[in-house]
Amino acid sequence: MSYLLSSEWSRLILGLLVAVGFSQLNALFLVWLERKIAGHIQLRPGPMEVGPHGLLQTIADAVKLMGKELILPLKADRKLFFVAPVLVFTPVLVGFLVLPFAKNMIIHDLNVGVLLIFAFSTFTVPAILSGGWASNNKYALLGAVRSVGQNVAYEIPLLLAAMSIVLMANSLSFSEIVHAQRRLWFIFVQPVAGIIYLISATAETNRAPFDIPEAESELVAGFHTEYSGMGFGLFFLAEYTNMFIVCAVATSLFFGGWTGPFGISLGIPGIVWFLFKTYVLIFHLMWVRWTFPRVRFDQLMNFAWKVMIPISLANFVVTAIVVKFV
Amino acid sequence: MNIFREIFYGGLSLIVGMTVTARRLFRPLVTVQYPRRRIPLSEAYRGHIELKFFEDAGAHKCIVCFNCEKTCPSGVIRLEGVKLREKGPKTLTGYLIDFSLCSLCGLCVEICPTQTLQYSGQYELVGETRSDCLIDLLARLNKRVEQKEKTAKN
Repeated sequence: MSYLLSSEWSRLILGLLVAVGFSQLNALFLVWLERKIAGHIQLRPGPMEVGPHGLLQTIADAVKLMGKELILPLKADRKLFFVAPVLVFTPVLVGFLVLPFAKNMIIHDLNVGVLLIFAFSTFTVPAILSGGWASNNKYALLGAVRSVGQNVAYEIPLLLAAMSIVLMANSLSFSEIVHAQRRLWFIFVQPVAGIIYLISATAETNRAPFDIPEAESELVAGFHTEYSGMGFGLFFLAEYTNMFIVCAVATSLFFGGWTGPFGISLGIPGIVWFLFKTYVLIFHLMWVRWTFPRVRFDQLMNFAWKVMIPISLANFVVTAIVVKFV
Repeated sequence: MNIFREIFYGGLSLIVGMTVTARRLFRPLVTVQYPRRRIPLSEAYRGHIELKFFEDAGAHKCIVCFNCEKTCPSGVIRLEGVKLREKGPKTLTGYLIDFSLCSLCGLCVEICPTQTLQYSGQYELVGETRSDCLIDLLARLNKRVEQKEKTAKN
């Protein structure tokens, strides 16, 4: 066993298997949580019938989705249509490789982990575009094009916010970034970068109020209009796994990863701290979704290019000067 | 400077919105989980018609005048009565309504000369066949009287 864990390849494969299992469970739980939160905000109970407080509802939904027929639209691009959902889900999975769940609980402590995670998260954009394009449907294509425009715009402030943290920690490795905040979380030093990161992360995961790629009141379901069964299921899975990744990255960049606040760990193991903070951030994302209405596309783009990017750029430059000369 | 003011007030309004939903999150739910819990019905609820029970007479006061049957625009009501004595009043022997035809207009209740008809509070009227919509008012009245006696005994 120790030999298995020490070998780099077996560690990678084992880690990926665990990540696949975890992402499924996580998505099942998050869908349930989302529906519960939506319900309680609207003064109704949400799912209640299947299992205690509807806990098993999402399992029933998943079984139903697996049993559904995969429908291929007429004149759709067959190969691209079936590959797109897989393409969306795989890069999300790669993110688990470099996430620091606890002090030594990291599948592969890459010295460019931050770079890897952001590089692979960009991969979902061409995947969504190919899915929308291959569907041969105007709503799907419009949704895909919107998604590309939005993701390209919001990636810039997201990366600039993350880069300010990288400058502070002087490393691209997640464990070193977390180690650098064992005294003080970076959210207290870099509040502007933190807020910018959270806003852009909401846009990156295509969630309300930035969910125009799948705006159901105008585009049916956006880029996954034509998908049924597990094709749709994989898009769904990718969205919720993406939420987890984005929040886990936020946890390690701004909220001290596996460490407690101000170095007080209270004897709670690191992974509990990490997951607790991540799920609090996810709860925050859901809270935002069920509070604010969807923004218009021009408002969205204006906000990205006229507000977010200048501010994050200024923040980045100031951070660079302060780090260099102070 | 305009943009900073906009960001400030925009951010403030976001926080106000979030507190609204956060407060709602902890408010009691308004949904009633229906088959398990019921809310008391309004007095004004108008279900299908029912024979009234009069304590002073110890029975209903139907005189089998057929006014309700005649006034019903949909032919819902079927009455039957017999004379027990010659030159005596008729006695009700059967009061059937076909609720699948009823439009709940209430004309029968208004026209009844002895005011022995009322609306019931019955709202669970699901049936599997049309014959489930046939309601025997006399049987219902007898059942109610029996139940009342039972509770009085206890």
